[in-house]
Amino acid sequence: MDLLNALVALTNYVIVPGLSYGSQLALGALGVTLIYGILRFSNFAHGDTMAFGAMVTILLTWLFQSAGLSAGPLPTALLALPFGILGTIALMLLTDRTVYRFYRQQKAKPVIFVMVSLGVMFIMNGLVRFIIGPGDQRFTDGERFVISARTFKKLTGLDEGLAIKTTEALTVVTAVIVVAVLFWFLNKTRTGKSMRAYSDNEDLALLSGINPERVVMYTWMIVAALATIAGVLYGLDKSFKPFTYFQLLLPIFASAIVGGLGNPIGAIAGGFIIAFSEVTITYAWKKVLTYGLPESLAPDGLVQLLSTDYKFAVSFAILIVVLLFKPTGLFKGKAV
Amino acid sequence: MTETMKHTLLFVFVGVMILLEGMTDFLFFSGSWNSALVILNMGLISAIMAIGVNIQWGFAGLFNVGIMGFTALGGLAVVLVSTPVIPAAWSSGGVSIVMALVMGALTVVSAVMITKFMPAGKLRMLVLSAVMIVGFIVYRAIFDPAVGSVEAINPALQGNIGGLGLPVLLAWPAGGLLAAGAAWLIGKTALGLRSDYLAIATLGIAEIIIAVLKNEDWLSRGVKNVVGLPRPLPYEVDLQADPTFVERAASWGMDPVTASTVYVKAGYALMFTVVLLALLWMAQMALKSPWGRMMRAIRDNETAAEAMGKDVTRRHLQIFVLGSAICGIAGAMMTTLDSQMTPGTYNPLRFTFLIWVMVIVGGSGNNFGAVLGGMLIWFFWIKVEPMGILLMELVTAGMAEGSALKAHLLESASHMRLFTMGLILLLVLRFSPRGLIPEK
Repeated sequence: MDLLNALVALTNYVIVPGLSYGSQLALGALGVTLIYGILRFSNFAHGDTMAFGAMVTILLTWLFQSAGLSAGPLPTALLALPFGILGTIALMLLTDRTVYRFYRQQKAKPVIFVMVSLGVMFIMNGLVRFIIGPGDQRFTDGERFVISARTFKKLTGLDEGLAIKTTEALTVVTAVIVVAVLFWFLNKTRTGKSMRAYSDNEDLALLSGINPERVVMYTWMIVAALATIAGVLYGLDKSFKPFTYFQLLLPIFASAIVGGLGNPIGAIAGGFIIAFSEVTITYAWKKVLTYGLPESLAPDGLVQLLSTDYKFAVSFAILIVVLLFKPTGLFKGKAV
Repeated sequence: MTETMKHTLLFVFVGVMILLEGMTDFLFFSGSWNSALVILNMGLISAIMAIGVNIQWGFAGLFNVGIMGFTALGGLAVVLVSTPVIPAAWSSGGVSIVMALVMGALTVVSAVMITKFMPAGKLRMLVLSAVMIVGFIVYRAIFDPAVGSVEAINPALQGNIGGLGLPVLLAWPAGGLLAAGAAWLIGKTALGLRSDYLAIATLGIAEIIIAVLKNEDWLSRGVKNVVGLPRPLPYEVDLQADPTFVERAASWGMDPVTASTVYVKAGYALMFTVVLLALLWMAQMALKSPWGRMMRAIRDNETAAEAMGKDVTRRHLQIFVLGSAICGIAGAMMTTLDSQMTPGTYNPLRFTFLIWVMVIVGGSGNNFGAVLGGMLIWFFWIKVEPMGILLMELVTAGMAEGSALKAHLLESASHMRLFTMGLILLLVLRFSPRGLIPEK
């Protein structure tokens, strides 16, 4: 019984939050890694792209809510999501046309691209703050729990409850669908194949008649969609605040690099590695250990390895270790 | 018009802007000498930070986005050097904290040694993890109770290990040293990898430094802030109580309150100018020396420089440490100016990326450019807000009174800052990538 309780507590506090946070990071890291693979620079504006997409979706969600539209037990934001994606795609294509294309034609060094992305980051950050303000926004509605702690206790008769929020379930399900579609697209369609070809060997791809501008355009569209979905899911699960999205850059970069920059499978694995390390290292293990260990060995303290405020330090430490011992990432990435 | 003329005029332009700020309240100027001096002081500090970044980026092509961390370390130095000694903290737990930190450092060093000297394999992994786990447990066992007892001492005012009680001016070089030490650690690990990785590593370390400052209450009281740090200049209240000063103020035709605030701020401006000129001179000498030429050669072609027998990674480490030390000095000066340490106010957009805008706009690779960029961009950073409000008033003038859009536009005008800075950065990068004062 105690062991079961320990398992439930572990699932409730570590596995479920880790899975949903990991899916959010994986979606973010996929965007970063695609940009790196095709356009060959680290996009510092990615966090703010996520914020922009989430903002458009939030504004539309409010519009739908006031019009009385709803998705039943699911959050209304799901209805607004496609439009949010379209808005972000428009912004991305506009940015590419006005900003990045010039440097592509110049064949500028990657570090110049990074600097340009800093400028884009500033503008997007300013735009988001200008339109929706710097404060916290909550836009979650619909059913709050798939299964609440109390129902679970009643159902199983255990002391420990297991609560799964709708947003958490939704995050994981959406992430699985999105990733499946993305891999189908990259591996089976003509455009996807040309993207991979371009990423593997630019010269050879150009030689075989692939239009680079088209590849770049599709990349931005996919990245915009991924960023918006990641941003909205994160906002639904936690809350929307422009500055938090900016701070997500570090774990997202860490995920992409740990998995191997430029490698989509690596980005997903990296997302979950970073998320689970953050959660397990900053979680206070007292409860699980008290259930799991015999009475005499039960811990006195909280058994928390690091306080929650140091979660950045965790992703950073993993990042450094991977950079030192395996600079190309766990799954072969492009970067050396 | 010669190049030199043009560049001098640019500096004159910034000077005139600051003078106008003091003299007139036309448009976005405020017409207060206090406000002009506040802008000037932070402008001088920004210029010093820009020199630090310019040394790294302009001389050596290193992309450091962790400036905020080094600035904050400078601020920490002020607390650790200048606040009074708290004997109770040292007798109760301070020594154990230091011991715990030494233990932690020893653990890391031995881990590095093990990976270096033991052959790879299962045994190494086993020994390594054993050392790390034991080290961590011992560290926490010494550290936690010590921190508890230090934080229990007079928590309303102190609750930290206090400082050394030395003159606050000593904190400036100390801030530089602290930042240099951190930079050495980061450089040792992240330099030699590709340029994007250094950027991401520095971004991370800056966040971690801020997290430590916010959470380790025993060090600098965390988010409870340290206020009332010692100042190198007299307090305004003391000046107002001093009859000779009041007399002098009257002879300048100013009331004693304004005179005292202006006097103190002008004093700071003088001190900062001295530091800025000294650092500028040194940076200029370094740039012109064989060392500076070597740096630029490495920046332009690493392979060729390596072929000439230059140790690229070592030189990169050297310049990374030097540039970060300058940022540390500037950070210490800033905390001295504010006479308080508030970890919650460090924001990467303001303390890292804005400095980058300064360097790029001023002209990367040129020290005078960095100084100009620092002063000019700081002026605009402050003034974009009133400018934005003016603009919005103009835009919304035709709208109906009390409409929601009008209210929203007026309210959001202050967020124009980031947008404008991004726009300036993109425009300069596109149309004048070498900046206002290009590298020679």
